[in-house]
Amino acid sequence: MTALPETTEMVDPVPGAAAPHLPQRAELVQLLTPEGDRVEHPDYSLDIGEQELRELYRDLVLVRRWDVEATALQRQGQLGIWASLLGQEAAQIGAGRAMAESDMAFPTYREHGVAWTRGVDPLHVISLFRGVDNGGWDPVATGFNLYTVVIGAQTLHATGYAMGLQRDGAESAALAFLGDGATSQGEVNEAMIWAASFSAPVVFFCQNNQYAISVPLERQSRVPLYQRAAGFGFPGVRVDGNDVLAVLAVTRSALAAAREGQGPTFIEAFTYRMGAHTTSDDPTRYRLASELEEWKLRDPIARLKAHLSRSSIADAAFFQGVEAEADELADRIRSGTVDMPAPAPTEMFDHVYAEQTPQLAQQRADFVAYQASFEGGEH
Amino acid sequence: MGQMLTIGKALNLGLRKAMEDDAKVVLMGEDIGKLGGVFRITDGLQKDFGEARVVDTPLAEAGILGTAVGLAMRGYRPVCEIQFDGFVFPAYNQIVTQVAKIHARSKGKLPMPIVIRIPFGGGIGAVEHHSESPEAYFAHTAGLKVVAVSNPVDAYWGIQQAIAHPDPIVFLEPKRRYWEKAEVDVDATPDPLFASRVVHGGDDVTVLAYGPMVKTALQAAEAAAEEGRSLEVVDLRTVSPLDLEPVFESVRRTGRCIVVHEAPVTLGLGAEIAARVTETCFHSLEAPVLRVGGYDTPYPPSKLEEEYLPDLDRVLDAVDRAMGF
Repeated sequence: MTALPETTEMVDPVPGAAAPHLPQRAELVQLLTPEGDRVEHPDYSLDIGEQELRELYRDLVLVRRWDVEATALQRQGQLGIWASLLGQEAAQIGAGRAMAESDMAFPTYREHGVAWTRGVDPLHVISLFRGVDNGGWDPVATGFNLYTVVIGAQTLHATGYAMGLQRDGAESAALAFLGDGATSQGEVNEAMIWAASFSAPVVFFCQNNQYAISVPLERQSRVPLYQRAAGFGFPGVRVDGNDVLAVLAVTRSALAAAREGQGPTFIEAFTYRMGAHTTSDDPTRYRLASELEEWKLRDPIARLKAHLSRSSIADAAFFQGVEAEADELADRIRSGTVDMPAPAPTEMFDHVYAEQTPQLAQQRADFVAYQASFEGGEH
Repeated sequence: MGQMLTIGKALNLGLRKAMEDDAKVVLMGEDIGKLGGVFRITDGLQKDFGEARVVDTPLAEAGILGTAVGLAMRGYRPVCEIQFDGFVFPAYNQIVTQVAKIHARSKGKLPMPIVIRIPFGGGIGAVEHHSESPEAYFAHTAGLKVVAVSNPVDAYWGIQQAIAHPDPIVFLEPKRRYWEKAEVDVDATPDPLFASRVVHGGDDVTVLAYGPMVKTALQAAEAAAEEGRSLEVVDLRTVSPLDLEPVFESVRRTGRCIVVHEAPVTLGLGAEIAARVTETCFHSLEAPVLRVGGYDTPYPPSKLEEEYLPDLDRVLDAVDRAMGF
């Protein structure tokens, strides 16, 4: 097992981590080493078949390809902006695949991998970044809520939704995604207080990718993030966020505990954003190339590929097949993006309210008349 | 049959009725359970409906509104009590970036039938942050609707209508009028929620007010009558959307218009109404539309609030100015 760099000193054991589904020791949960060796963890076993392993690999490769394609499309002026998930594929696929169909995800704006696991069409996600709409998928049908740009706001939504699940007697849970920077937000802290007070079936899944745009974790926290949970009175666990198997196991366990009425868990997926925060920033200004090189050695896809090859779970034909599928996906994303129609101009008026106001109806009518005045006209 | 009720009691009965009518209605707020709220508006409701439907929340306003968003996504109808107007700002982010926009962003797939009850306005001798009039902030945000009741009848019906309404509503309660009484007929057919109403007929000047200032405007009308001047008073009842047709009709007749509110005048609701009345009734106006409101200062210490708040003399002074053109 290769040790990951610690941002601050670890304290062991985790205070408050007494629930039976929890590890009693504070450590980075890992089931697959960066070299691709399968290891066991005393608290998190994963019973997983070969087919499922191959499918996880396929997920990882396809969402990376989607991401690479979207980044290129932004560079070519086809997208206004793109928030890359490069390096965080395992955290997102592991968390997403841990969810049951009736669970609900509350993403930030980077959870393309989770969207993928929920069956959201990549083009629907891209439509947001292309400026076609403010969220082009059905959150109810997919169990994947709309992206939330204001940092941390969705953690409260997830908690309230979980309180609703609890009231309804539904055996489901909410999975709130957040980043390391979001843990500084008051609302995220309020969400954790609410979740604890009402024992809401919500799991907070923090992807600690080490930077909030340019500001490193050290500016957000004096303690490892998973330890924050103890202060709210529920368990926190740190998992290797580049290990899809560990993320899957830990998230499954936390979601199961939530559904069983054991309340919230905070998961810190320790990972790294390989690219920029968004296509608008320049990470070379705030981090060293050596750091990036170090993290490349922990690549989430390479390690699973090594495991699949070495264990003869997948052969060259399988890997070629996945590559071919990725090529097809990239083609579909490219042509689908370029061909994506702009929305009808009147759409901006249509869903502001469930019950339209007279003022807005008048503005809409005026707008339509104004637009019509240009047709075949003198302007 | 009518019964004499205060605004506070009318709200209490209205909330009770809404909870009886719809099991999805959930009240959330600080101290609203055993205590019944600092103004006792939710008095007795937790006892009768239980802690799951009348939720004493942790002390964090963003948490109240943010979890309400999630509950609304599950089909609940949260009614959030903000203890005082000045305390809504910690929740402001959730209200304007989330509650107001989720319906549009989801193309209508995520309904947000949330009511945000706020006791607003001054005149009760409170310390800072307890006497503010934040309506313009919310009226300026697309996706929200803002209602300000002025009397027990509208309080009783308005709270029920707001809860049943599919859009998020900021429901402003005139805290200094909580103890005003009037007869409420609980079997009557209520006026629509988003409709203004002429509450005093007159011919010389149209005076617009909402919430706590309606009573002040009516007092001014009585005083003006003694001086031989006839004021028409319109209770706007709704701040957003504005229902100005009855106002235009009135102004076309009187030729003069005064808007009264407690909030600071600059960029307040009066500015919007003055612009609309001017655009629509320009040829009928005998005088510019005048505004009577709070000054552009933080709400002052309570020993100065009588100077800060519009009273009937300031309204009458504006009437003199309007008549002088």
